[in-house]
Amino acid sequence: MSYVPNTDSERRRMLESIGAESISALFEQIPPSLILQRHLEVPGPLSEIELRKYASEISRANACLDDYTCFLGAGIYDHYIPSTVPAITGRSEFYTAYTPYQPEISQGNLQAIFEFQSLVCRLTGMEVANASMYDGASALAEAALMATSITGRKGWVVSSCVHPAYRETMRSYAWASGCRVVEVARTGISTDFEDLGRHVTDDTACVIIQNPNFFGTVESLSEAEAAAHEKGALFVVCCDPISLGLLKPPGEHNADICVAEGQPLGIPTGFGGPLLGIFACKKEFVRQMPGRVVGATTDANGRRGYTLTLQTREQHIRREKATSNICTNEALNALAATVYLATLGKHGLRRVADLCLQNAHYAAKTIATLPHYELPFDAPFFKEFVVKCRKPITEINKRLARKKMIGGLDLGRFYPELVGHMLLCMTEKRTVNEIHSLIEEMAS
Amino acid sequence: MIPEDLRYTASHEWVRVEDDLATIGITDHAQSELGDIVYLELPKVGATVQSNGVFGTIESVKTVSDLTSPVSGEVVEVNDELPDAPELVNEEPYSGGWMIIVKMEALIELDELMTAEQYENFIQEH
Amino acid sequence: MSAEPTIFELSSPGRTGVDLPAADVPERPVGELLGAENLRDALPLPEVSQVDVIRHYTRLSSINYGVNTGFYPLGSCTMKYNPTVNEEIAAYPGLSKLHPYQPEELSQGILRVLYDMQFFLAEIGGMDATTLQPAAGAHGELTALMLFKRHHERVGEGHRHIVIVPDSSHGTNPATAARCGYEVVKVESGPDGRVSISALKAELSREVAAVMLTNPNTLGLFETQVAEIAEMVHDSGALLYCDGANMNAILGMHRPGDAGFDAMHFNLHKTFGAPHGGGGPGSGPVAVKSFLEPYLPSPMIGFDEGRYYLDSDRPDSIGRLHAFYGNVGVIVKSYAYILSLGASGLKSVSENAVLNANYLLNSIADAYEVPYGRRCMHEFVASASKQKALGVRALDIAKRLIDFGFHPPTIYFPLIVPEALMIEPTETESVETLDAFAQAMRAIAEEAQSDPEVVKSAPHVTPVTRLDEAAAARNMELQWTGGD
Repeated sequence: MSYVPNTDSERRRMLESIGAESISALFEQIPPSLILQRHLEVPGPLSEIELRKYASEISRANACLDDYTCFLGAGIYDHYIPSTVPAITGRSEFYTAYTPYQPEISQGNLQAIFEFQSLVCRLTGMEVANASMYDGASALAEAALMATSITGRKGWVVSSCVHPAYRETMRSYAWASGCRVVEVARTGISTDFEDLGRHVTDDTACVIIQNPNFFGTVESLSEAEAAAHEKGALFVVCCDPISLGLLKPPGEHNADICVAEGQPLGIPTGFGGPLLGIFACKKEFVRQMPGRVVGATTDANGRRGYTLTLQTREQHIRREKATSNICTNEALNALAATVYLATLGKHGLRRVADLCLQNAHYAAKTIATLPHYELPFDAPFFKEFVVKCRKPITEINKRLARKKMIGGLDLGRFYPELVGHMLLCMTEKRTVNEIHSLIEEMAS
Repeated sequence: MIPEDLRYTASHEWVRVEDDLATIGITDHAQSELGDIVYLELPKVGATVQSNGVFGTIESVKTVSDLTSPVSGEVVEVNDELPDAPELVNEEPYSGGWMIIVKMEALIELDELMTAEQYENFIQEH
Repeated sequence: MSAEPTIFELSSPGRTGVDLPAADVPERPVGELLGAENLRDALPLPEVSQVDVIRHYTRLSSINYGVNTGFYPLGSCTMKYNPTVNEEIAAYPGLSKLHPYQPEELSQGILRVLYDMQFFLAEIGGMDATTLQPAAGAHGELTALMLFKRHHERVGEGHRHIVIVPDSSHGTNPATAARCGYEVVKVESGPDGRVSISALKAELSREVAAVMLTNPNTLGLFETQVAEIAEMVHDSGALLYCDGANMNAILGMHRPGDAGFDAMHFNLHKTFGAPHGGGGPGSGPVAVKSFLEPYLPSPMIGFDEGRYYLDSDRPDSIGRLHAFYGNVGVIVKSYAYILSLGASGLKSVSENAVLNANYLLNSIADAYEVPYGRRCMHEFVASASKQKALGVRALDIAKRLIDFGFHPPTIYFPLIVPEALMIEPTETESVETLDAFAQAMRAIAEEAQSDPEVVKSAPHVTPVTRLDEAAAARNMELQWTGGD
């Protein structure tokens, strides 16, 4: 099925009307030596019946989080997605639309993005937000590039407690643009702020902290903020949007730029994508901010409406002088986050955050009483915590999998000094029974 | 009407010279090509500018253009009404929309710049 | 005075959209667990009932135009029909409720999808290896230029600092090159709309790292001398990149790898049927020739002894550009699309896309200037210069098309055609739709002569008329500041 409506006779009629002999004649511009002389080696065609059968088979070869209880976090989370979210993102007026370059027929999309920007500002305490980036990792890299553009400096000082994949992404972007990532040591599972202070110099464009950090620890941001601003560097915070149901937002910590991974806000885990890069900053930097931005205005009759604005910063106008090369972003996922935040609202988000916190602390406290397990670090945490395991983590996770549970992340994978330590996550979806099943299995 | 007492550049700036001070802005033709001006990036007082060098940018809804200085020297005054009222450039390009005043390093040869008549011919041809 | 208030205006204290279960673990004071000084005071999110949330966003959807609403001929965007079965499949829990770090043994299905796609795209593009990590076309361009940069470093040519792009290129090309620290040099198109070989030759040197081309180009013309260009570029020591946005013209007919391109990106949300989402999510995989394979982002998907696995043992990789493996949810849709079509279906896509574009071009060529003649590939550029002489611009024509029930084509791009209207019908449109659109275009050309005001004041049927974009930029109201 190629979804082509025109029949052979219609095609013949069309060819006649344009004076072409055949469809191949229309490909005359391609030199014959460059025309493919064989069929592409791809499977198919499959009818819808066959496709569904095959897709079901493939999907059954995966453990899905409906069947396996997830205690794994590390940047992607099994949070509750209200049914209102897919009901709205599944509306094809939204999902089959293009970027809203013709505002008169895109007011739905534009207003939704305007609301998204507004909600992000309120959640993060920042003054302006854009319409989204690809994910938290690339948003963080773009934040660093923006800091370089504003300060003219090339050093990016980053805590080693920032998600390893985010730091890796930053290193790639840094290498491409001639900047430098400078990593700050950790004490236990928190940033070593003394080490941070030593690394901030006159060539530091930004100081970057993740809060809660990769290990789930709630960091103290004021020291990093002071160290950054003392030397004229920008203070960049990468946060967990769910934690902002309880925690003081980066805007109140005087962050210059705030980014986040928005997947917890109504977006499926999706095997890691698509995600949602959240990006917000101080108003004074709005002209250096990458990405699209929607503004409110009025039409010729004085009616309120919305439109893409400050487009002159973007690639399609500014070209090589643009603030970024980003074009397509994650608009439908921004819509998902908007519906999520509207549905949960003030009370719901606070409640979700509280449930995560309570579940995580209860689980941690209980695990600490088990022989063979230890909570070696004493630091405040939100929904994730680190457990030291005497038994090999691969063994533990194999046994958990047999009982239809997905165990925590083996931190040795990213931090060689933390072999034997597991990062466990409890979201609001975890019940006390599920937590007990985990603990029973870990104990046996 | 293109003011007779000013001089013009090929990049559509105008200059008014009084002693060693040069006031610079953009022409009516330029503002009409750009459309509604939304933002200007101008230098600070004390900055130096070079002849044929970029001294700032001017932004409309659909484009961003460089502003080029016809003279070298030090910026002694900047129009501080423009940040809040960029539309002055559209409404009064030759008066209220003035941008910077430069204390010239050396007296420029006025003949190097176009007269009103020469500028009029220039925009007709292009 | 707007048709639909903002969600904040619908807020009323005490309301909520869902109930959450009570905590079933013993609760402790939040301040104790997090530190009281770390807590926020106010959380200024709206308080809206579920019915109001659903009504509000449903009403917003009704003032939004998508491909499912009607014809959407945006040039270079390939707004084809997004098959509903692909949406359904991508939402299977077994394909979407997966954690990227879950055990590989429990992810063999999804890893197979990704592994197969690495192969399919290489095959379709005439390349040797593919990375699925880039989240959009521009992201793919960045990935590819980084691969080129790494290659040049490795072979002692790291001094090359220039990237050449044609003047007709998409804005992401030079923006991406600048992101990679390259200086951008523009090369002019010749009178036939194609890259001028002599102009390109004059710019090639030992300083040039890469040339970025779109083929067919943004005028809808195939760069007939592409093989010659590839040879020239390679002889000078530079690499050749293909912006694959226009693949819809050549699926199953021609493969950029066969013409000599070293790397290309695909836009899955254009050519391969995944929806645009109103601005994403997209997916921009990059396929490369074998000499660039070692530098591809990590991890790739491997297959060994009957098992699919994530291959992170890639010492020469440029690293990563995305936290995980790419926009898997979008990739799944394109996977289903490719399987639905098969080789014969993919070829019929380009055959019909090109036929539809030529048919439409010829239907309006009497009313509008068509600067590059009456033959094109999958898209063409018309110019509203005849109408401009009457005071009616491309922008006005675009707005008037809305009154006729169509989404306007791309306007003012590419930059080399004045009053440009870039039109790409795609293969999923019927001849009746094409005829109706051509009729509307001709009617508007007629109005430009007889009643220009009705065109210049369009659109008339929409919830809002033309918006004051200057005020939007001057006032910069980027979030809701009214009362809740």
